[in-house]
Amino acid sequence: MVEVQDYYYPLKPTWCPGCGNFGIWNAFKSALANQNIEPHEVLVVSGIGCGSKLPDYTRVNSLMTLHGRSLAVATGAQLSNHDLKIILAHGDGDGYSMGGNHLIHACRRNIDVVDIYQNNKIYGLTKGQYSPTSDKGFVTKTTLAGSIEKSVNPIALALAAGATFVSRGFAGELEHLIWLIEEALKHRGYSMIDVFQPCVTFNKVNTYQFYNKRVYKLQEENEYDSSDLGAAFAKSQEWGDRIPIGIFYQKKGEPTYQEHLPVLENKSLVKHGLRDSVPEEIKNEFM
Amino acid sequence: MSELTLIIGGNAGQGLESSGAGFCKALNRGGLHVFSVQDNRSRIRGGHNFYLIKTSTEPIVSWTEPVHLLIALTAETVDIHLGKIVPGGAVVYDPSLEIDEDRIKDREAIPIPLPLYDIAGEAGGSKMMANTAALGAVAGLTNFPIKHLLSVIEDNFRKKGDKVININKKVAESAHDHAASKFGDSFKFNMEQQNGAQRMVMNGNEAISLGALVAGCNFVSAYPMTPGSSIFEWLNKHADEYGIVSKQAEDEIAAVCMSVGAAHVGARALVPTSGGGFSLMVEALGLAGMLEEPIVIVLAQRPGPSTSLATRTEQADLLYAINASQGEFPRIVIAPGTIEECYECGGRALNLAEKYQTPVILMTDQFLATSNRTLDKNNIDLGAIKIDRGALLTDDDLDKIDGEYKRYKFTENGISPRALPGHQNAIFKTTSDEHNELGEIVEAADNRIRMNTKRMKKLETALADMNPPKTHGLEDADITFVCWGSTLAPLTEAMNRLNNETSNTANIIQFIDLFPMPVEKVMPVLKNRKRLITVEGNYTAQLGSLLQMTTGVKIEEHILKFDGRPFSPEYILEHLKKLEKRGRNG
Ligand SMILES: Cc1ncc(C[n+]2csc(CCOP(=O)(O)OP(=O)(O)O)c2C)c(N)n1
Ligand code: SF4
Repeated sequence: MVEVQDYYYPLKPTWCPGCGNFGIWNAFKSALANQNIEPHEVLVVSGIGCGSKLPDYTRVNSLMTLHGRSLAVATGAQLSNHDLKIILAHGDGDGYSMGGNHLIHACRRNIDVVDIYQNNKIYGLTKGQYSPTSDKGFVTKTTLAGSIEKSVNPIALALAAGATFVSRGFAGELEHLIWLIEEALKHRGYSMIDVFQPCVTFNKVNTYQFYNKRVYKLQEENEYDSSDLGAAFAKSQEWGDRIPIGIFYQKKGEPTYQEHLPVLENKSLVKHGLRDSVPEEIKNEFM
Repeated sequence: MSELTLIIGGNAGQGLESSGAGFCKALNRGGLHVFSVQDNRSRIRGGHNFYLIKTSTEPIVSWTEPVHLLIALTAETVDIHLGKIVPGGAVVYDPSLEIDEDRIKDREAIPIPLPLYDIAGEAGGSKMMANTAALGAVAGLTNFPIKHLLSVIEDNFRKKGDKVININKKVAESAHDHAASKFGDSFKFNMEQQNGAQRMVMNGNEAISLGALVAGCNFVSAYPMTPGSSIFEWLNKHADEYGIVSKQAEDEIAAVCMSVGAAHVGARALVPTSGGGFSLMVEALGLAGMLEEPIVIVLAQRPGPSTSLATRTEQADLLYAINASQGEFPRIVIAPGTIEECYECGGRALNLAEKYQTPVILMTDQFLATSNRTLDKNNIDLGAIKIDRGALLTDDDLDKIDGEYKRYKFTENGISPRALPGHQNAIFKTTSDEHNELGEIVEAADNRIRMNTKRMKKLETALADMNPPKTHGLEDADITFVCWGSTLAPLTEAMNRLNNETSNTANIIQFIDLFPMPVEKVMPVLKNRKRLITVEGNYTAQLGSLLQMTTGVKIEEHILKFDGRPFSPEYILEHLKKLEKRGRNG
């Protein structure tokens, strides 16, 4: 049995006290332990930002990459060794601004990774500029009169791009978030978890209280059917006094990208070993 | 010896590229040598394109400018190339083009009006088969056995079925008979079959791809960009057969990042591109340097900046490739000059990347990438490339590991034994932030100094694998040309001509290994030369700058070219004269 302790790493997080990343971090470790996944089987790929430091504080294989590029790096790693459990941890700036294009393509390819967005609706590491998920009117040092732009809707975006698992969690709802990450780990294919992550230092609007008052759990609604794409789109538009969290959409049984590749049919690419020779006949192609 | 240069010219969309490459193959099957130049405009339809093939019964050093046989599928082709036609040469064109015969006769060349479109139509083909008819006509005019052309048609159209094969064959045969009977006697240059040869015909991109394949390349990611794309296409074509994951990415940033991820878990990853794509890759190039991941980027140069002459050639990215990225990290830059060297470098780049756990940039250009040349079958030795994975730890090594695994262990030579993620005994971190031996983010100054020094140390260690430049020609000469990459072929021909006129006039120093520059090995080659001239396809003589920077040797004279077209021996000789004139005038 894998214990949460197995994920303990003797480095203390540098996050501000009260930061939503603590909740995500704890949920992450619990979910992995609950799923009996061993640390050496995990590769956490992250970008640059406060949240992306998660793997530095955790006993896992980690690959902390560039701002915005983690999904592309993860895609290469996943297609080369699909025996690893590949999990991404990155912020809303990293994932939805810099990485927006990679997100679209990871969704439609159905790359088999769990993609966690630490969505604090602000730029944390660079100290408080607005982010693509900041709401209209949100005031920061780069939106002095309030943001003019509409915010990105990650749920709708992922649905439109063809993701097979689209969900949202909240760092203040630990048990729910653990469950969500476990469901994502079990899902075969691209799994998005957009997590509300209060940034206690720079975002004074989207606080714990803000979400505590508003969030409700989709899976507690009797009539909600997460296999219904239309219903998922409709729910993705809900924002205001009530904000849904949970699994918006899941499509089971759709082949992952790697399952389409004959090369990867029997085992991971790197488990094949390198070919040791190429037959002379290949020269006929040039004759 | 008999030799002949033919140009088939026409509009984009008339299938010149595939007919040119196909004809190279046919000539090779007939035992002849070939050396081709592909000249395309950056558009899919219309605009003048041409394919030049020099063929000979003897090995060919370089393409040359004089043309013996011009096949014009458009009137523009005649306007552009007539000036290069030799006395006794011929111009083949469809009468519908209404070419003024006297213009051709004025150059002592033979006008050969051949109803290519009608021939194609009568044989049951379409207008598009005019190029097939043209090749048939070439065979007819030059006494080249049509069977070789027919066999290539069979191979190339196999997927399209027997009907298409048979029509194309009929078109070729009919044009052949027509041309042979009506004009065969008047055209005096022949391409007669030679027997017993076992040669291949290959371009630079194919040779790099084959080298990489032999060296175990099993991951290729790319975003299409001329002239790099055909490496991706070739490896993609062989992906299932040889166990390669080939991934077209959403952009070049993703392509190179995918290769970093692939390399991190143990794949042998290669990313072909051109300058624009390389520019997008620069941040991740540094990432690979920082994470110490082995990746190979093939940078097939074309003119810049931005889109420039998208389908043409240049050598203006050398200093960029060496310097691209913020910060300092080791990288290796190599640039083959021949097809054989492309093959070797394709394999060697993957080995160097893994041995030094760092990015390798393999540079070519459009000319070398797309130029088809014959080479002896034995010149490509599939057994010669041995896979070297460097300090890669196997599962057995890791089973026995004692204590904590340190991915970035400080070592004498800067190379840290590399584990792949997935083993119980080696759970490890990697990060683009500065880090300690364990891969933990650390900002301490002393650690930064040690870790940066460890990485940079690899550059010094790699000098052991960096070869001195190659020399061509006699040891002692009045002029020593200095070149890199594709320039070698035309420059060699230019050198030969100079030496044939007056012996010991010229020789060549050719750089393949460009960075890190093995100065101690270079100096004995560079020093005591009477007169050094760099010959490069760029405006600023970048190899000259690099040599000055690394060796202190300042080369004062340059023959440069940046019109997007490859060097020819004629261009080099003409510009050498200009240099000398300038020199005499003081
Ligand atoms: C190419 C590049 N541009 C800019 C930055 C600077 N940068 C670092 S983190 C960041 C944004 C942080 O916001 P987010 O991704 O939402 O993560 P958070 O810190 O809020 O967790 C920026 C702009 C960078 N590292 N790289
Ligand atoms: S700045 Fe915000 S996101 Fe970053 S650690 Fe502090 S609270 Fe967390």
